This record gives sequence, structure tokens and C-alpha cells, in this order.
Amino acid sequence: MIDAIPIEYAGGRSANGPLLVFDHVTGVGWDEDATITLASGERRHGVVLDVNDDLAVVQVFEGTSGISLSGVRVAFSGTPMRVPVGPQWLGRVCNGRGEPIDGGPPVRGERLAAVNGVPINPAARELPRDPIITGISAIDGLTTLVRGQKLPIFSVGGLPHLELAAQIAAQARVGDGTFQIVFAAMGVTHADADATRDALEERSQAGDLALLINTASDPVVERVLTPRLALTVAEHLAFERGGHVLVLMCDMTSYAEAVREVSAARGEVPGRQGYPGYLFSDLASLYERCGRLRVSSGSLTQIPVLTMPAGDITHPVPDLTGYITEGQVVLSQEMQSCNIYPPFDALSSLSRLMRHGVGPEQTRQDHMAVAGQVYAALSHARQVRELTDLVGETGLAENDRAYLRFADALDAGFINQGRTDHRGIDDSLERAWAALTLLPSGDLSRLDPEDVAQHVAANARDKPEAAA
Amino acid sequence: MSSLSSGLWTGRVRRVNGPVVDVVGLEGVAMFDVVAIGASGLAGEIVGINEDVATAQVYEYDGGVAPGDPVESRGEALSITLGPGLLGGVFDGVLRPLEPDTVWLTPGRNGDSAAGMTWRFSPSATIGAQLTSGALLGRVTEGEHFEHRILVPPDVAGILEWLAPAGDATSSQAIARIGGVDVALSHRWPVRRPRPARSRDGEVRLLRTGQRVLDLLYPIIRGSSASVPGGFGTGKTLLQQQIAKWCDAEVIIYVGCGERGNEMIDVLEDLARLRDPRTGGALRERTVCIANTSNMPVMAREASIYTGVSVAEYFRDMGYDVVVIADSTSRWAEALREFASRTNQLPAEEGYPATLGSALAAFYERAGSFTTLGGSHGSVTVIGAVSPPGGDLTEPVTAQTRRFVRCVWSLDRDLAYARHYPAVSWNESFSRDAERVGVIRAQNGDTGWAERRSFALALLAESERLESLVELVGAAALPDRQRITLRSAKLLREAVLQQDATSSEDAYCGEEKQAALLEMVLAIHQRLLKLVDAGVAADRLEQLGLARVSSARESGGPEDVAAVTAVRDAVLALLGSIT
Ligand SMILES: Nc1ncnc2c1ncn2[C@@H]1O[C@H](COP(=O)(O)OP(=O)(O)OP(=O)(O)O)[C@@H](O)[C@H]1O
Ligand SMILES: [Mg+2]
Repeated sequence: MIDAIPIEYAGGRSANGPLLVFDHVTGVGWDEDATITLASGERRHGVVLDVNDDLAVVQVFEGTSGISLSGVRVAFSGTPMRVPVGPQWLGRVCNGRGEPIDGGPPVRGERLAAVNGVPINPAARELPRDPIITGISAIDGLTTLVRGQKLPIFSVGGLPHLELAAQIAAQARVGDGTFQIVFAAMGVTHADADATRDALEERSQAGDLALLINTASDPVVERVLTPRLALTVAEHLAFERGGHVLVLMCDMTSYAEAVREVSAARGEVPGRQGYPGYLFSDLASLYERCGRLRVSSGSLTQIPVLTMPAGDITHPVPDLTGYITEGQVVLSQEMQSCNIYPPFDALSSLSRLMRHGVGPEQTRQDHMAVAGQVYAALSHARQVRELTDLVGETGLAENDRAYLRFADALDAGFINQGRTDHRGIDDSLERAWAALTLLPSGDLSRLDPEDVAQHVAANARDKPEAAA
Repeated sequence: MSSLSSGLWTGRVRRVNGPVVDVVGLEGVAMFDVVAIGASGLAGEIVGINEDVATAQVYEYDGGVAPGDPVESRGEALSITLGPGLLGGVFDGVLRPLEPDTVWLTPGRNGDSAAGMTWRFSPSATIGAQLTSGALLGRVTEGEHFEHRILVPPDVAGILEWLAPAGDATSSQAIARIGGVDVALSHRWPVRRPRPARSRDGEVRLLRTGQRVLDLLYPIIRGSSASVPGGFGTGKTLLQQQIAKWCDAEVIIYVGCGERGNEMIDVLEDLARLRDPRTGGALRERTVCIANTSNMPVMAREASIYTGVSVAEYFRDMGYDVVVIADSTSRWAEALREFASRTNQLPAEEGYPATLGSALAAFYERAGSFTTLGGSHGSVTVIGAVSPPGGDLTEPVTAQTRRFVRCVWSLDRDLAYARHYPAVSWNESFSRDAERVGVIRAQNGDTGWAERRSFALALLAESERLESLVELVGAAALPDRQRITLRSAKLLREAVLQQDATSSEDAYCGEEKQAALLEMVLAIHQRLLKLVDAGVAADRLEQLGLARVSSARESGGPEDVAAVTAVRDAVLALLGSIT
């Protein structure tokens, strides 16, 4: 991994949080990879955040606990941090720095690649337009995911966001094939990490899963590295080896907290809620590492998962994420308390690339119109529900009562499904239609009148008593 | 340590803190001079000088740059090459071409746009004539249609001593000599310096966007400026892309500043596919794309805004009407903030430097309708998206921008969640151009425009007020006339204001169809009122399915007035049969 024998400097000048400052160094470049050796012989890893004359500030991924300034030594590699990339990662379980925790040997790859990646030329991209059918009605029907998209899940603590992410990963299909999955866990509990691994057991057996796990008890600053490692491995699998790769990253809020911790230790001017002003660019440097390229048959799709502190969607982490990703799937406590899985908050959810990925060629001719009508009707239903709280259901016009029936039917028949249910796209769309036909036909302005007549007639045939 | 050898200043790196590099030894260096840093000559720009330390922002990933590395300066301000070959192209924030076959943007790239291409030059000036800056020297045709006028560059004037005959020339080859100075098809221009014009000409000419909510309610004129604030996913990018595609300007500069790569390729593909309804050429041929996506070097974002306006002014000088679209100015402001924070400047509001307001003002001031140096008329219209954190419209960038623009098209999260697109809010938006637009519309023969606009705005405001009442008492408790107001306002929103950017029929809407749609709602509203006044129950009228009114906009092409009139007549006939 190391090209030349680097000079080692002994003794640090100061330590602060995850940072170590060394003096009397020469020729050390910004963003260089550093190896730190403790008096005990233990080795840690770091990266140069600032160089000023003969001073170098090093961020230590494993943290600085147990480091004494007099006993510490540091060597700089002369290159940015690099990791081996290759299919060897598939089937392996590693910690957040990529060291095996599955009892196997260290992962060796085909070559080394810089963990920070290199920006993709936007002009070399290809617009994602192949839908990924996840088998989950709410997502496939209303927020269709396409290959090469970044679509995060916004959730709150206690909701089944990891289950949903794992279900998507387990069920997602590319044509007849499956996805290679890279799962980066940052600050998750052991129980959650284990549960996710179990849910993806089948993918793991098939040798299609790489796990990088930083748990809540692992070093915090290591979380800054984990998603970068995952994406570096994934970019190689997707763009060089032509694979279809799905990267799950959870929990991006824990990641951002680690970034905040480093920023605070550097004494930087804090922005909103103490997060550094560059959090947008930092998150973008992760989220933009996905998509499709004209020169490659592969694709890299991202599903970042984050928890919104206090359920606040305007919190900097979900807010900045929403400004970078191509839509969001929002889970809500309210749906959860109605026992609906997934607890999908349709009105706040959006897939911005959906319009490219649905239609007669990809899914169905009526798909976009059905989704549009569902959204329009749900938004009216929400107003009606708010009104009902004030004036009671009897105070409602008949038309409005129909909207409440529609919303309930949609929740029960369309959104709600089992944790291993795998629904086809036709099944999902017909379930949406079943709810829509409860509305006055005159209100279905976004749908083709012929389609409406056909579905109303079909529903009347299926449920003669309901139509009466 | 400093030395001046062969026109180069050289110094040494002292400190590297991300994209900010301190340099010592560049004694003669001036603000905004370009420097080349380290062995690979990474491009940077001096943006601060403090005694013997000059601070550069670097337009590349500068990992590996170390104290002691050499830094060179040629004493030139950050400049771009303006000439044929820009239209239809994609460039980064400092106007380096982004060729589609380069996948990864590794540091240290360079290259001049269209440097190797040749153009057919047709001269049209007389040798021996006394020429001023901005005078016409000749023409080059770009793409199928575009007449690229080659002018005497600013700062050059004198006797035309020599002019190349008709024939092929490369961008950098001399085609004229004026007062002893060689002039080529292209010239260099420092991006931070506004290109000179003779004067602001005060002309009032419409900019038609083809977006009904803008053209009918919040119109803009050529040379004006607009800001599009809105939380994430409210539709800023789509609205701006719609304007880029359909507005009736002659040249579009689309600056993707710190936004998504997939969006850039989306707009590029659309522009290549779509035809300009006015010229028949591909829309891409009138567009220059400047893409500095969020993962590209942060500091080049800061420059990309200036690069964009400079290119716009270059086309303005030829007498064209140009629209600059900047998505998103907030990312540009964040680059300013990041720089300020890394150089320990005293932060003002929310960490932004105290100069934020003046930087925004300077940017929007470059908009305007001008008499050019050559005596023709051209304009630059600037439309900038703003991405307020948490959707908070009081945050510094949104609030400051509001002070300097003539139009605000504010996008509302609730409308977007309800999939009412474009989600332009009628509470937060305004256009200071509206009155003047009314006057010219009337001069052009559309005397009803201002009145229709007032009707629509009044109906929206009234229904807004009634809706808050309904939230308290329920719709059933309202008097019949007011229930009709609510019904008509809903029609107005659905039939007129909503416009699906992805529709094949309605993504763009011609003026006459715009007027017809609004007139239809107005006529139906008046008929409904008449009916309730005659004693017909509002309940009964509410049950009427008016879905075909809401979908009339989709029932014919962008100019199809007859399809709208047919729906209007059918519905009025239906209402006429009610007693
Ligand atoms: N006029 C429109 N017609 C149809 N759909 C629209 C329209 N405007 C917005 N949308 C929908 O809203 C989504 C988000 O729009 P857009 O990407 O323009 O938002 P934005 O405000 O630019 O968000 P961000 O700040 O995150 O970039 C689009 O992908 C599309 O689905
Ligand atoms: Mg946008």
C-alpha cells in the first residue's frame, strides 16, 4: 500500500478532540494520509486537515484517546487516503474503516483508489431512466426509484426505516438480475446492524453484499470515513466493472454529527445548529457519487437513511440532504401509530426522477397520471381531515366525505403491506385505482376519462354491494 | 524569496486549508490575479492580501499541495475567452469545456473552448475607417442560424488598418488590425469586470416565458431581474429550466451552480431534443451551459456566476436579448461563506461575510437593457434561484436578494406538496414590472391584460381569506356567492395556474391561449354568480363535474385557442341550461 518508506516524526505538539497537531514537519501536503503510532505500538489512521509552515493538523479516525504527545509518532504517506477496490469486498463484513470483523483476511483489491473520489463530469453522465421495481407499492407507485438515483429515507427514531431500506435492497430487481449491495452503517446499534444483516442474508449468501459497520459504540470520527469507503468500493463495482450497485447509508445524521465534532475541534465558525457552513458541500461530495455514465453499463443508486432530530424536516441534515438528493421518502410517526407499514408520508415524499422512469415503455401508460391524481386527492383529503376535526364528519359535504373514504382505502389497500410482500407494478397500480374509484368521477381530472370509466365499471363488478 | 523572471512572479505556499491557500513572496500581486499553484499548476485566484501574505482560492482539488510548493502569477486577472464556439457548449465555472468523453474531472485540466475549430468569417467593415469599441467587424454563423457578430473589443479603438477577407479563421487568429492592435475572432475578458455599454436605454419590452403564472400574474421585462426562492423540491429548477427552454430571448446562459449532475444532463438532453418554435433550430444552439455541480470544486462555484454574466454581456454587446439563469445563488453565497470562514473573516449574519449584500447587488446590477458600445440595443435578464435553509424566507441570502431584484417568484412548499406546479405563491410573489407590462400589452392591442390580471389576483386573495374562514366553520356555512368564489378560485388554480412542465401539450403556452384560459374561468365565474343570484343552490353547482375545464389546457397544443374556446362554450351552454 505504501510506495516509499516515509519519514516518521516523533512527538506531537497538541491534541484536541479528534485532532493532533504535529510540528517540525516538512513537505507534508494537505489531505495526505497519515499513520499514527502510539507508544504501545498500536496504529491509527488519519488525514491532514490543515498545513501551515511546519505544522500539520491531523484528524484521527479512531479518536485520540490514549494518545500521549510524547509517545506518539506519525508518518505521512505522500498521497491522499486510498483503499483497495474490487469484487473482493462482496461477501465481507468490515468495520467502518474497512478492517474485517468477519474473521477473514484483510480485503485485497484489484488496485487502490482515493476514498474522496473524483468529481464526475456532468456532461459524461447519462440520465437515469430505468425504474427499479422494489415490490413496495408506495414507492413503486408514487415515488418510483430509478437506477442511478439518490433517494433518501427521512425518518425518526423508532420507525422501521432500516427494515424498509433492507426490504428495498433485498427485493430490488434489475431486469432479471439483482443488485450488488454495499451497506454503510454509521452509528447504528448492534441490534439494528444484526437485524439488517439478517434481512439481507440471502443477498449475502449470493455473494452480493458488502457490509461496513460502524456501530454506536465505535469511534465517532471513523464515521466520516465509512460512507466514503463504501462509495469508493461501489463506484468501482458500478463504473469499472459494469455492475448495478445499490448503496445504503445509515444514519446520515450520525455522519453529520461526526463532521460537526471535527469542525468544533477546529474552532470553525459554526452555522445552523452548530453544523459547519460547508456541510452542504460535504454531503454533496457523497451524494453526487452516484448515477449512470455514458461509457459504462453499470449504475450506482443510493439510498441514504437519516433520522430527523425531533422529527424536524427543517433540521440541517434532512434539509441539506433534500437540497442535494433527487427526492425523499418520508416516514411518519402518525402512519406508524395507525399500524401501517411502511409508515409512508405520501405528501412529503417525492421522487424527482420518477417522470423519466415511468410510462408505457417502462411501467404503465397510466402510471404518472395515477400518481398525480393520488397526490392531488390526498392533499384535498388532508384539508378535509383537518376540517373534520373542527366541524365533525356530519358537517362535511358528501363530496368531501368521499375523500376521507379514499384516504383510508389508500392507506389500507395500497400503502400498507407485509415486510416481505413483493408486489408487481400492476398489482400496486390497481390498488391505487381501487381507492381512486371511491372519488366522484368528475373530480378525477388528471386521469383519462376512458380509464376512469373502465375502472369504475370493473370495481362495480367486483363489489356490487359497495356500488349500490 | 520573490523574483520576477520572464514576466512571472513566483512565491511559495505557506498554508493549505482546503481550497484556501496562503502564499508568501508574491510581492507585486494584485487582487483577483490568477495564480498557478504547485507542480501541476492548479488554478487559483488571489482574493485577499494581508501584508506579505496573499490568499488564493483554488479552483481545483488541491490535495498534496504542501508548504514550500511554488506559486506563479502572470499578473492577469481571472479571465475567460469570449468568441465563437460557446453556444451549444458545456463549461465549468471558469469556462473550461466539459467534453462528454472525459468522465472524471481530475485536477490540472485546462484547455480553451473551441481553440482548434475554424469559423467562416464574413467581413463587413471598411478598411481605413475610424472604429470605436463595439463597432461591427464582420460575422460568423454558428450552428444553423445564429449570427455571431464580431465586434471591436472593449478597450480597442482606432483606424481599421487591415481586415481579413471572407474565409476560414480560428478563434485566436487575427482577422483585423485596429490602431496597431491585432484583433481575433475571440478575446479575453476579466470575469469580475462588467463589460462596458454606452448607457441603460430604459426600453420596456416583454420577456415571454410561456409559463402562465408568470406571464399572466408576475411578468418580467427584458433586462429585469428575478429571484426564485423556495425550499427543496418546490420546483425552482424545473421553473428555471422551463424558462430556459421556452422564453423568447435570443441567447440563454444556464449556470448550474452547486446543483445536481443529473439535472444538468437532463436539461442538456432536453435542449438538444427540443426545437426553438421561433427559429426551428435546436434550443441547445442558443444556450451556453456552465456547470459547476455541487461535487465540483467549491471555489469555482463562486467564479461561475461572474463567468455566466460575462458571457451574457458578450452576447448583449452584439445586440441580443440574453437571459442568465443561475441555479442556485445560495450555493454561490455558501462558497463566499466558506471562504470567509476559512480566512477567519468576521462573520455577519449566519456566518456570511458582511459583503454578502454588496456582492448580490453587484451581480443583479449587471442585468439591464442597454444601448451597446456599438449603438445597438441588447439586454441581460438575470433569474436566480435561492435555496433558503429550512425554507426560511427571512434568511440572509433570500432577504438580501429581495432588495435587489424586480420580481420575486416565491415557491410555496404547501402548493408543491399538493402537486400544484409551478408552486408560485400568490402571497409571497411580486413583479415590479407588472404595471409597465400592462401598458405595453395594451399598446400591442391586448387591452384586457391588466384587468384579467386584477381579476385573477383578487379572486385568489378573496378565496385565500374565505379558506381561512372555512377552516373555522366549514364550507357549508358560507353564503352561496362566497362558495362560488371558492369554486372559481379552484378552477383558476387548476385550469390556468397549474402547468405541467412534463406535458407534451402544455409545457409551454402561447399568449393567446393564456388569455383564452383565463377568460374562460372569468366567464364561468360570472355565469356561476348569476346562477346563484337567480336562486340556484351553490350545492348543486358544486356537484357539477368541471374536470374538462381543468384539463382544457391539455386538450390542444400550446397555441390552440380553439380547443379552449370549445370547452368554454360547452360549459357555458351547460350552465345556461340550468334553471
Ligand atoms: N412545473 C412543474 N411541472 C411538473 N412537475 C414539477 C414542476 N415543478 C416541480 N415539479 C416536480 O417537483 C420536483 C422538484 O422540482 P425541482 O427539482 O425543480 O425543485 P427545486 O426547487 O429545484 O429543489 P432543490 O432546491 O432541491 O433543487 C420535480 O422533480 C418535479 O417532480
Ligand atoms: Mg433545484
